[in-house]
Parts: sequence; structure tokens; C-alpha cells
Amino acid sequence: MTTTLKPSPQGDLSADLRGAQLPSWAPKAIAALAGVVAVAGWFTGLGPVRGIILAWLIAACLPLWSVMIEGKRKATDRLVTLLVVSAFGLAVIPLVSILASVIGKGAQALSAEFFTYSMRNVVGEGGGIYHALVGTLLITSAAAVISVPIGLFTAIYLIEYGEDGRLASSIRFLVDVMTGIPSIVAGLFAYALFVIFFGEGVRMGIGGSVALSVLMIPVVVRSCEEMLKLVPNELREASYALGVPKWRTISKVVLPTALAGIVTGITLAIARVIGETAPLLIIAGMTDSVNFNLSEGRMATLPVFTYSSLMQPGVPPEPSIERAWGAALVLLIIVMVLNLLARLVSHYFSPKGER
Amino acid sequence: MAKSIEVSDLNIYYGEFLAVEGVNISIPARAVTAFIGPSGCGKSTFLRSLNRMHEVIKGAHVNGKVLVDGEDLYAPDMDPVNVRRKIGMVFQRPNPFPTMSIAENVLAGQRLNSKRMKKSEADDIVERSLRQAGLWAEVKDRLERPGSGLSGGQQQRLCIARAVAVEPEVLLMDEPCSALDPISTSVIEDLIHELKNDYTIVIVTHNMQQAARVSDQTAFFNLAGVGQPGKLVELGPTEKMFSNPEDPATEAYIQGRFG
Repeated sequence: MTTTLKPSPQGDLSADLRGAQLPSWAPKAIAALAGVVAVAGWFTGLGPVRGIILAWLIAACLPLWSVMIEGKRKATDRLVTLLVVSAFGLAVIPLVSILASVIGKGAQALSAEFFTYSMRNVVGEGGGIYHALVGTLLITSAAAVISVPIGLFTAIYLIEYGEDGRLASSIRFLVDVMTGIPSIVAGLFAYALFVIFFGEGVRMGIGGSVALSVLMIPVVVRSCEEMLKLVPNELREASYALGVPKWRTISKVVLPTALAGIVTGITLAIARVIGETAPLLIIAGMTDSVNFNLSEGRMATLPVFTYSSLMQPGVPPEPSIERAWGAALVLLIIVMVLNLLARLVSHYFSPKGER
Repeated sequence: MAKSIEVSDLNIYYGEFLAVEGVNISIPARAVTAFIGPSGCGKSTFLRSLNRMHEVIKGAHVNGKVLVDGEDLYAPDMDPVNVRRKIGMVFQRPNPFPTMSIAENVLAGQRLNSKRMKKSEADDIVERSLRQAGLWAEVKDRLERPGSGLSGGQQQRLCIARAVAVEPEVLLMDEPCSALDPISTSVIEDLIHELKNDYTIVIVTHNMQQAARVSDQTAFFNLAGVGQPGKLVELGPTEKMFSNPEDPATEAYIQGRFG
């Protein structure tokens, strides 16, 4: 960095290439100042909301400062950076707040008894979520068993066979419509379906699985479709050129190559439906006892358990409300474990030695 | 086991669009035939029609005859899958299967077709094919490592090993060196010289020197104009094509005075 531009004979090139710049510490200094003001405002009685607004106003001085010294282009850059960071912060607030309150209120409910006891014959303190945990795991696994083959085969059809044909585009359209089905409607659909076979007032776990599948299939189709699209055509051609039939090319070249993404997509789809309440409320119902049989009788699930513990807490209400927070925390942990699992899977299954 | 190919009056279409028109060519066994010509003139399309690979694209079809040792590839009872087992192909960009090891890549033709074989037999095929592709010495200690970890030139030779492992009658090469450096290119050209003893080789290339170096006969493709179908302009022994071509367009192209 020791070379300098000599002024050219025609004009001052050096000055043309340079531009005024804020000192490099300016953004950090403003951010630090804003942070300090926010914390100070919080503790001096201004409250968190006003503190944060004040801090944001201070941060907004950076683009103003920039427009005075650096000019319009760089000021715009700093303004947009500020807006993007603010939007991110705004989005994180509810997440952090949910995590904090669920962990804060739910953690004390967790105990060995909480995981191993059902609510059968429990009044007041004690009892646990064993029955709801069993129900959630059974119903969600059954939903996955129903949706994964349907979703995966649909995606394979769309990418490998249908391409841009009329059938494929109508399937794509219907899948998009399906993505938008409200979960309560999925529950009503499953209920109506089972009423045909079992009569009014039917309650069974498998009905919940069917309702969850309705919500899960479009997610699985979409994510698998994207993953299959990413498999380079060259690999398919390489396989065809070796005299491999199309179905073997799909099952032995395309699917293994896309496996990591497919498994990740499925895991995320499971995480998406495991917290559904409304459809399960209708078709799976609620019970205090353990039920391992998907095809008979009511089945408790974590979201419905949380809901009913809050809505009908009994007397005194405190132990029931504590159990509701505990169940919510367990659900949150399951979803996080699934997300973590998805990341691990995509790390270990993805083709190695690439790029 | 090498076979000769006779093509008569072949028109190749993509849907309604006529891409290549009226090709008549005879490709001798155990020799290298090079296709040269400007981009978009249909040499790759024609090459792919020789093992029905162009049918991968929707709406592609041909009329005319492609005879391999007297058998018409486009006869109604011909199965394109079986045709491709006999006529192998190497592509422009190396495309080893990323989920497979080097050894599995070589055996892909057998494994993907679920052909059962003994371990010793499989090992023999891997070693023979890699030796034929001139890659054995470089990879023999890491056959279990992923094929995509090799360099570009090595990957291309791995693809050649994969293609020869199924013992095809004919080997089609679609610009096999265009993504490679000069050293890898010369390795692959030496390889083509060796493979010529066992296989009928057809190679598409944009590199005129390469065509002159490796081929026994050269075919020049050209198109009459934008939107017009590509045509075979001239076919002859490579020496004659490069020293004394009959068609003025060929001469212009070979000397670089084109367009």
C-alpha cells in the first residue's frame, strides 16, 4: 500500500478516484452508543420500548452523518443496512421472547415423573405428559409414513416424468393450493372422512395422522421437488449412457444424490406439523390415559394437552398451568432436536469430496 | 468386438425443428472418426443420435437409418437402453457420480444394472478399465475415495474408464477435452490412440489440431445459415481433409478463415 497515484498531466486523477469517507470506527461507535442508551434507558425508568426507539433514532444518525460527508450513494447503502438489521432485530424479538418465557415457565415442570406418568386419576399436583408424548410421537410418525411416500413419489413424477406437461402443471397448482389449507379444515376433512366409515363422534389417532398428512404432503412435495431439481442433468445422462434404465437411474443415481436435501426437507416438514393443535382437537380428541392404539379411541397429544390444561385447569389451577408450560417446552425441544437432526443428516449424507 | 456404423439419409428433429439434415456417413471399426464444425451445426446432436441419447430431450426424433453391423438402431423393436449398453459415451464435462467411490464409479454400469458378480471379478474389471483409461497408477491406492475428489483430467479419465468397463462396441466422445488443460488433453489423446485398437471411436472436437492428431477420418459439419439445419459438408481421410479439402467451406474453416 505504499504506491500512490501520481497526478496525470490531463487532470487530477488521484482526486477523482478518492472520496470522502467516514472513519472506519463510525458504525461500531454508533451501534455501541445506541446499545448503551437502550440499556441506560431501560434502567432509568424509560422502559424497554422507549429505550429501543431512542437507540434506533441514534442509529439512524449514521446515514445522516454519511450523507453530509460521504455523499448520496454511500448514505443509501448505510440506510438500507440499518433497515435490514432493524427488520432482522424485529423478527428476532418474538422468537427470543417465546423461548425465554417457555423455558422460564416450563423448566420447573420437567422431572422424571413428568415424562413417565400420564394424567390418569391425577387431580391437582403430580401426573405427567407420558400419554401426550406417546400420542404425539405415534400420530406424527404415522403422518410421516403416509405423507413421505406420497410426497416423494409426487415430486419424482413432477421432475422426472411430468416435466412441463398439463398433468404436472395442474398437480403443481393443486399442491400450491394445498399448502394454503387452514389446519382446522384439514381436521374437519379427516373427521368427515372417518365419519363415513365409523359414524358420528369418531375419535382415533390415525384420523389425526390423516389430517396432519394433508398439511404435510404439500411441504414434502415442494422440498423434494426443489432437491430433485438440483441434481445435475449430466448425472442422469451419464447413467443413461451406460445403458441404465430410467427407473434405476432415478432410484440409484438421482435419489442418492439428493438424499441429504430430501431427508432435511422431510424432517422440517415433520417439525412443521408436530405442533398442530386444531385438527387433532377435532379428530384425535383428548384423554388422560395412555393409548398406544392408533385405530381406536381418543389419543392425547402435546399441543392438545397444553391447550386443555390451560383451558380446563381444574382446582387449584396452578399445577395444571405449570404442566401446560412444561408440555409446551417439551414440544419446543422436540422441534429443535428435529431441526438439529436435519442439519446433521444433511452434513453426513451429502456427497463427499465435492467442491 | 468393435463395430462399424453406416448412416444413411438421417434427419434429426427436435419437435418440428429439423436440426440435422441428410447425413450419409460410414464410420469404420477400430478407427477414430472426428467431427469438426462451428458451434450449433449439429455435430453433437448427430453424435448423440448414434446411441439414441438425444431422445433424452423431449420431442427429439429421427428418420433415416443408422446401421451398426447391419442392425438398424431405430428399428421399432430396438430398445434404446440396450443400444446404449453397446454404444458408450463420454461427455464434455466430466460427470462422475458424486455419491460413489472411484471403484464404484468404474463399476457403475454393472452396479446400476444390479448385475451380480464376484468380488474378484469386480476387482478385475476395475483394474482393467482404469489401466485402459491410464488412471490406474494414480488412483490404485485410493479406490474407496470419492470420485469427485479427483482433478478435472482425472475425472474425465475416470468417466472413460466407466464407459469402457461395460465393454461397449463403440465409444462416442463429445468434446472430451474441452474442459481440460493441455497436459490432461494430451494424456487423453494418447488414450484415444490406445483405445482405437479395441473400439470404434467417434469424437466431436472444436480443436482442429486435436482432430488432426487423433483421427483417421474427419467429417466437417456446417449450417447453411441461421435457422437452417446442419449438414455434413465433407468427409475424408484426415490427412486429405487438412491438406487438400475438396469443399471451399471446409478449407476456409480449417484455415481459420471462417465467417
